[in-house]
Amino acid sequence: MTEPIIRHYGPKAYSDHPPFSYPDYKSTVLRGPQQDLLTIVQTLSETTGPGPVWTEVSEEDADLTTNAGKGGTAIGERIIVTGRVLDENGNGIPGVLLEIWQANACGRYVHWRETAFPAPLDPNFIGVGQCVSGEGGEYRFLTIKPGPYPWGNHPNAWRPAHIHFSLLGPSLGSRLVTQMYFEDDQLFSYDPIFNSAPEQARDRMIAHYDHDVTEENWALGWRWDIVLRGDMATPFEEGE
Amino acid sequence: MTKLGETPSQTVGPYFSMRLAGEGQNILTTRDDRIVIEGTVVDGADNHIEDAFLEIWQAGPSGRYNHPDDRRDLELEPSFTGFGRTATDFETGRYRFETLKPGLVPDPEGAFQAPHVSLIVQGRGMLNPVFTRIYFSDEAEANADDLVLRSTPEARRQTLIAELQEGSNPPVYRFDIRMQGEDETVFFDF
Repeated sequence: MTEPIIRHYGPKAYSDHPPFSYPDYKSTVLRGPQQDLLTIVQTLSETTGPGPVWTEVSEEDADLTTNAGKGGTAIGERIIVTGRVLDENGNGIPGVLLEIWQANACGRYVHWRETAFPAPLDPNFIGVGQCVSGEGGEYRFLTIKPGPYPWGNHPNAWRPAHIHFSLLGPSLGSRLVTQMYFEDDQLFSYDPIFNSAPEQARDRMIAHYDHDVTEENWALGWRWDIVLRGDMATPFEEGE
Repeated sequence: MTKLGETPSQTVGPYFSMRLAGEGQNILTTRDDRIVIEGTVVDGADNHIEDAFLEIWQAGPSGRYNHPDDRRDLELEPSFTGFGRTATDFETGRYRFETLKPGLVPDPEGAFQAPHVSLIVQGRGMLNPVFTRIYFSDEAEANADDLVLRSTPEARRQTLIAELQEGSNPPVYRFDIRMQGEDETVFFDF
């Protein structure tokens, strides 16, 4: 085996993603590129990526209620967040590194940046976790439901509760960083980051309550599937 | 068959370094023959960006990627993943990677591309990742033949080339990233 496999990815679906500049989210105005992107041919540099080799995780990393390692348990509403990582054809993608970070139950992050928001920290919650998707693309985290929190974008601005997700898939082109929201959040209509996504695509960022995921005497269940840009390989065999 | 829509991208926000830019992840190697790539990320008002997030992906010195699709019979150092990431410095907007100079990677026309490092830029205030490449100023001959550089308008080509700093040891290549403005870095669609 000496020839590399060069996969071909379909065109990136820009209509599924926010614009580079979205003035309601003020910081984008000076930071989004203004020139047209230069279209280049896909080479091994674009069709490979760090996902397959960057996968060192341990079981404990997926449990944010205890991974602060202090021996205690995080305070808040304990939840299970689970789903599948899929390509555009609906096939599960195994071996994807999912990394998450989030605020605690009170809406406070463990971070050195200063915040004017006087919410308490929880010594048993660091708010970071990771896992690798299984054979069918499935992933699962145990965490606590993050609280909403204020930010400085505009007067009385509040972010809806969310969990940040980073996914390192099989190629450079499938790199995705996004945020997962919780259905029926009353803050959606006020949030320019959520609304920066095209209207028809916004619900793809929303996790739904799933009673089948909920575990008795333990935790409430939320389900959320994530769709990454995939290669052009057809899901059907010849003649099917 | 109906295709599923991609999950939309969202900004990494101001707190990504909690998880994504762990200490030492910008040091891909400690080998004696390492190189340094460093620079500053600036916005459209020429201010440094204090919370940009950079990821690099590259082949090793043999030109082979540490990826299952790259099955070529070329040397591959298992400890060199070819992936690194870092946040820019909050006070200065600067970043630094220590890595190995990549080798030649084939292009679809049967020739070789000039040595390059793929770079993804994200940050607070950026709703999508942007993709670019870092080429090297001391590879003028290979750069002149490179498929991607040749397709880049000549006036903007310089934004893709990291400048070797004279007399530096290990060699330091300077690569500034401009998100907007006259010298906006060339970003790719592929």
